[in-house]
Amino acid sequence: MQQIIFFLIRNKNFLLFIALFSISIFLTIQTHSYHKNKFVNSSNAITGGIYSIKSSITDYFNLKEENKILINENTRIRKQLESFKSKVVYQNIDTSSILSKYYFVSAKVINNSFSKTKNKLTINKGKRDSIQLDMGVITSKGIVGIIDNLSNKYATIQSILNTNSQINAKLKNAKHFGSLVWNAEDPNVIQLIDIPRLAPVKTGDTIVTGGRSTIFPEGILIGVVIDFELTEDENSQNLNIQLFNDMTNLEHVYIIDNIDTQEIINLEKGLENVE
Amino acid sequence: MLNNEIFINIIRFIVLVLTQVLLLNHIDFLGYINPYIYILFIIVFPFTGNKSLLIFLSFILGLTIDFFLDSGGIHAAACVFIAYIRPQVLKYSFGISYEYNTIKMSNTDFIKQFSYVGSMVLFNHIVLFSLEIFNTNHLLLLLKSTLFSSIFSIIIILSAITIFSKKPR
Repeated sequence: MQQIIFFLIRNKNFLLFIALFSISIFLTIQTHSYHKNKFVNSSNAITGGIYSIKSSITDYFNLKEENKILINENTRIRKQLESFKSKVVYQNIDTSSILSKYYFVSAKVINNSFSKTKNKLTINKGKRDSIQLDMGVITSKGIVGIIDNLSNKYATIQSILNTNSQINAKLKNAKHFGSLVWNAEDPNVIQLIDIPRLAPVKTGDTIVTGGRSTIFPEGILIGVVIDFELTEDENSQNLNIQLFNDMTNLEHVYIIDNIDTQEIINLEKGLENVE
Repeated sequence: MLNNEIFINIIRFIVLVLTQVLLLNHIDFLGYINPYIYILFIIVFPFTGNKSLLIFLSFILGLTIDFFLDSGGIHAAACVFIAYIRPQVLKYSFGISYEYNTIKMSNTDFIKQFSYVGSMVLFNHIVLFSLEIFNTNHLLLLLKSTLFSSIFSIIIILSAITIFSKKPR
């Protein structure tokens, strides 16, 4: 007994080191699976608060750029609106009666990372703004990521620039689907894999979201093809895609709330139970 | 005297964490190179201080950084690791007598300082980037990030030591 205690005292530094090191490794491995890191994330009140103070200062440096982006978006949406108006016979529709499957919530990015292999963003909206896990996040130009962790006032997003990220996407003018992944090399170039060999791919083709999940609606812009090649087994092609979004400079984002999500999830759960 | 030292270490902890997360993580030199200077806390922690305490404080330091950077436990692991090997690194940098003499970092010659800071940073960054990347397909990226970030961190940490050390006399 005495010897055990002596042993513990003599090696207390080593044992402490092993214990704390194992805890760290455990926390690290948890982050490798999607939204399992409940404990260590920057959506809590302290880190979120510090980041929002920082962003309230640094935002002023980007005001001009942000205004330009907003004006461009307004112009584009105004154009679309006019084209819809000319098609619809009844001119004065009550906008509150237009049924949409999707609601949009705007949020501000208070911390952005793009130089690591597993990048996350922090935004200033959380549970109290009825944000939930697994909602999609986009900007006016393209997709950004998926909500990963939540607190009352803040949330973190798993960016598409994350080696764990895998999003369903397709060619805009064909029906071929693939998965969007990132090889951690360039923050503006992302890879679309598992596109069938027969799919007619050309450089310059537009890539959009596939709409096969409840997270993103179909047809959200992603980027254009810059080059492509067959895989070694010659069954599918891998595409390099230049993003429309500048992931290094994000400020205002929209969170997509699909009102049918719960229903779809319940239905799928029901099916599993039957089996 | 002792209270003063505790106070200085607390202030150092807070200042280093804030500098790291608000300023240095947004440098992204050449796209991906960031210096990690918060380990300065572990490097300049009193040489004769309690080793168990240092290991524990390093864990807290690393975990704080992890909270800010959403990185799980990689910084905590890297910090705990260098805190544990610090006595060995001190021994081969400053000689076996470092524990009994009150060596001041700023008073030793540059080669010794460089070998101490250099090895600490290098060990930290190797653990850090291997855990972050965690994939043998990206071995080149791992070596590249470790090498360039280490150079960047070593330069900044050595200049910080030179600037903030008290002048002799």
